[in-house]
Amino acid sequence: MESGVGIQHFMILSTLMFFIGVYGFLTRKNLITILLSVELILNSVNINFVAFNKFLYPENLGGHFFAMFVIAVAATEVSVAIAIIISLYRKLKMIDVENVNEMKY
Amino acid sequence: MSETVFYILSGFIIVFSVLTVTSRKILRAAVYLLFVLLGTCGFYFALEFNFLAAVQLTVYAGGIVVIIIFSIMLTSDLQDKLEAVQFRKIFFSLLAVLIGAAVCITTILNHSFPQVTDKVLDSSMRTIGLRLLSYNEGGFVLPFEVISILLLAAIVGSIIIAKKADSK
Repeated sequence: MESGVGIQHFMILSTLMFFIGVYGFLTRKNLITILLSVELILNSVNINFVAFNKFLYPENLGGHFFAMFVIAVAATEVSVAIAIIISLYRKLKMIDVENVNEMKY
Repeated sequence: MSETVFYILSGFIIVFSVLTVTSRKILRAAVYLLFVLLGTCGFYFALEFNFLAAVQLTVYAGGIVVIIIFSIMLTSDLQDKLEAVQFRKIFFSLLAVLIGAAVCITTILNHSFPQVTDKVLDSSMRTIGLRLLSYNEGGFVLPFEVISILLLAAIVGSIIIAKKADSK
């Protein structure tokens, strides 16, 4: 790397982003905003994977492929979660986590 | 990548992440998440992972954010504000988060990572395709196939879950 940006810069950035996501996960009540926080967490993990690949193992593309797989898993997770949220909304007419203790079908 | 670019992009990402988890209008939170994802895509471009940046733009920014915005429009009243969080909850969450972040950051700063300078990153389209379908060392064909089955299962599952219960 020609400049002063190293792997630690990226890891600190992704740590901050991860814990901002955790904060949102703990404080939010609406299910969709909780889902947004989970997306932040997954995205920070992707930054970490890519930084490891770039700075520590540039000869193989492991981190790159795992970031791709994490993106695919995030897409599936969002689609299933939103299906659950929509069918909950049909039943309960609201999507706050306090009211979702009766998920039994 | 230069330090200026890094600090501009990371400031952008941190500011919009905080707005995503604190905004009281739900649609705005989703749009702030879109900006975070675009900033991350900028990092991928700067680190020469062009294909990953394109995937991030199409799948995340194009697909996931749009599906989230659709579900917000289906389930929430856009004029409503989310109720404010209780002070106690903010205090304890902030405490947990700050302790966790402090532990992680001190660990990162105290660990010395090995410097790799003699090897170059090859992230051309050709290498990516060959690696993704290779079953030799450094190949990723097994997780690739597993992900394809997972996607199929998720599509079928979400259709089953979200369809209206039939009226017998």
